[in-house]
Amino acid sequence: MTAEAPLVAPRTGPPRFLRVAEYQAMAHKKMWRTSVLTMLLGPALYLLAMGLGVGSLVDDNPTSAIGGVPYLEYVAPGLMAAAAMQTAMAQSLYPVFGSVKWLKTAFGISATPVRPADIALGLQVWLGALMLVGAGAFLAMTALAGAVHSPLALLAPPAAALGGLAYSAGGAAWAVSRQSEQSFQPILRLGILPSFLLSGTFFPVSQLPAVLEAVARATPLWHAVSLVRGLTGGRIDAGTAAAHVAVLAGYTVVGLALGARAYHRRLYR
Amino acid sequence: MSALLRVLMPGVTTRSRHVTARNVLATRRMYAAITTGLVEPFFYLFSVGVGVGALVGQVELDGRTYDYTAFVAPAMLAAAAMNGAVSESTFNIFAKLRWEKLYGAMIATPLSPTDIALGELLFAQLRGTLYSAVFLVTMVGLGLVESWWAVLALPATVLVGLAFASAGLSAVTWFRTWEDSDAVILVQTVLFLFSATFYPISVYPPVLEQVVLLSPLYHGVALCRDLVLGTPGWADVGHAAFLVVLIVVFLRLAARRFTILLYEQTAGDDTPR
Repeated sequence: MTAEAPLVAPRTGPPRFLRVAEYQAMAHKKMWRTSVLTMLLGPALYLLAMGLGVGSLVDDNPTSAIGGVPYLEYVAPGLMAAAAMQTAMAQSLYPVFGSVKWLKTAFGISATPVRPADIALGLQVWLGALMLVGAGAFLAMTALAGAVHSPLALLAPPAAALGGLAYSAGGAAWAVSRQSEQSFQPILRLGILPSFLLSGTFFPVSQLPAVLEAVARATPLWHAVSLVRGLTGGRIDAGTAAAHVAVLAGYTVVGLALGARAYHRRLYR
Repeated sequence: MSALLRVLMPGVTTRSRHVTARNVLATRRMYAAITTGLVEPFFYLFSVGVGVGALVGQVELDGRTYDYTAFVAPAMLAAAAMNGAVSESTFNIFAKLRWEKLYGAMIATPLSPTDIALGELLFAQLRGTLYSAVFLVTMVGLGLVESWWAVLALPATVLVGLAFASAGLSAVTWFRTWEDSDAVILVQTVLFLFSATFYPISVYPPVLEQVVLLSPLYHGVALCRDLVLGTPGWADVGHAAFLVVLIVVFLRLAARRFTILLYEQTAGDDTPR
């Protein structure tokens, strides 16, 4: 190292948000066991119990309202989208809050040329990749169970990951701007759990009372489930698919913008 | 009763009640955590009732047919008792054991390690019983209870809760890091999904049926289901006995493990084991 070494990092190499994504990936390596268990094994067990176990009961009932497909085929895409949502919330509330409150790693990052918006975007890039891998593995399991019939299903994992981003972008923005973690449990129990149970994962939302159906249709999860289900079943028209994608992308972009602003306020205060 | 307890948990005294009282005091301001926990069963019951229940229609069990919701509700009651007991006795205790170092302070008083274990167990069960009672009342409100036998479902959930809390209390003493709780979540998920909770045990091939009989939650589910549906029989005595045996075994184990762990930890050896 000579005295002429530049003091300012050269503006070359990959964009800064990718450095943040790389950091997230490396930090996550230690927790791979957690990821395998919660992202792969958990959904696989649900697929087995709901698709095959409960499915055997649903398929025995000729009056059921799921469009004449075996219940396994109905519930599998729902579980794929729901698993992405669960991953998104698990990775964006407590860990993100911890990075600005308990561990303060985000402050360490902000002492480098990396900007708050890079931190917000980098985190979502990493989470998107994580959810894509989880959904891809789940698609493989679903295919092994014989519940995939269309090549369009290959688009299902990206769709599920986008649905997850609609949650993680907003979740991270919320977590960064909080002073305490008090609100997280109520959000998970009163927001995420009812979404998981009622937003079309396990049964059509048309079975809900009208008001609740309207609420369910507004959740990102319902859009994600409908999109993923349309793709794995191979029966979705381009217009409907585009509408779902637009809604999910809208949630994500708004969440990202709020997140960038929240990081800026928190780190540069 | 107390003599029996002293055999099960050597070194236990009535001082354990102070540990329970301490926890009540420490958590009494956590309204959000407690009240939101109370509405959880409602979401589950509603989702099954309006959703999956409508898809399934009727379920046949021992020659009678039931609405799917009536079939699933008592199983969820038992599963909720398990989940509450497990998280109270593992995740929460781990934080106190390794992060808060709470027991190091307690052990410096006349409390014995077994007092601490029993005090924690009673607290877990106190909260669990409150949740179970609310769950049961919700079921009555939704018309899912068929018989007065259901009153006995509350003590049945206490058996389920004590069995899982004492097992959890034993297991947590072996935890090294927070990541070990993943194993607990995995076991919980497997038991929750495959203990004849969501479909009758007859759905399984005969070999697997025998495996399911080993699940403690299965016995809790079968017991609660028979009581709530008003079809108790001698098999239920067996289910209850199975749970009692588990409680006895795991209480002893938890007492032993807490004694070893707390005395060694306070002797200055703080290495995880």
